[in-house]
Amino acid sequence: MAEILTPEEIIKQGEPVFVKTKLMTDNTLSYCPGCGHGVAHRITMEVLEEMGIGDQTIGVAPVGCSVLAYEFMNIDMQQAAHGRAPAVATGIKRLFPEKYVFTYQGDGDLAAIGTAETIHACNRGENIVIIFVNNGIYGMTGGQMAPTTLEGMVSSTSPHGRDVEMMGSPIKMTEMVATLPGVCFATRQAVHKPGLVRKAKKAIRKAFENQKDKKGTSIVEIVSNCNSGWKMTPVDSNIWLEENMLPVFPLGDIKG
Amino acid sequence: MAKVKGAIVVDTERCKGCNLCVVACPTNVIELNEEVNIKGFNYAYPKFHDACTGCTNCATVCPDMVITVYRFKPAKA
Repeated sequence: MAEILTPEEIIKQGEPVFVKTKLMTDNTLSYCPGCGHGVAHRITMEVLEEMGIGDQTIGVAPVGCSVLAYEFMNIDMQQAAHGRAPAVATGIKRLFPEKYVFTYQGDGDLAAIGTAETIHACNRGENIVIIFVNNGIYGMTGGQMAPTTLEGMVSSTSPHGRDVEMMGSPIKMTEMVATLPGVCFATRQAVHKPGLVRKAKKAIRKAFENQKDKKGTSIVEIVSNCNSGWKMTPVDSNIWLEENMLPVFPLGDIKG
Repeated sequence: MAKVKGAIVVDTERCKGCNLCVVACPTNVIELNEEVNIKGFNYAYPKFHDACTGCTNCATVCPDMVITVYRFKPAKA
């Protein structure tokens, strides 16, 4: 019978199997408790660390909740004007073709004000990675309706729920850009469960591998929660996400 | 049979008490503390630490990267 180890002994004698990646800074994240951005940041940085390309990567931060991504990601970053991250990333990638370039954008940034930049960067097949965090709402400014807000979903600018007759249906950006020949990989993932986080990490890894092989644009959509904007607890918002967001935004590879 | 044992360390001052790790833990090791940290959040702590298997689920879903996981695999007798 083996002796029973105390947790302190396990910590001393065992091996660390999960340690925070060095490519995240020690700054406390500015996000609300339970926000999916933290996980999305972390898996992106873990992929860069595993590929050993942290010092060759330039990230482009958006406008939105993740505007301060450069405070948390311990790599070279550039902040772009609202929605213009794919355009800025295009410039960076063309000047430094040997560097890895990615944009990190929310749905208000990528699917509303930056629609033109996103679609044209994808259409040109710019060799960049776009990480698109979709939480169906403008989280930073107080939960206004976004293009990705679900039908009937209550937000601060649609207090009676989104009316499709008047405001249109939620826009599926990833499906839209997947039809363009410049896009080599389009996928939709989520980060609210451990298994899904691991899958999302693999998708981001594949996207950066595509960039390494100069295949074209890769877009990884991450369906995330916004518990403050949705006015729920983090755990409830993840359940709500599963029941309401995922039927409209089904997970899986759309292209590639 | 040699059982894999795990242990976690929570950076309590950075924890925001979102409860996601509590839900993700398959062996119900973690709970939120009744006490609060310096920011006023009920931080997560390993209440039933002996049940931990070191599966890393809690750390995988933690948005604030406050959990470090250790695993000890006893040598086969």
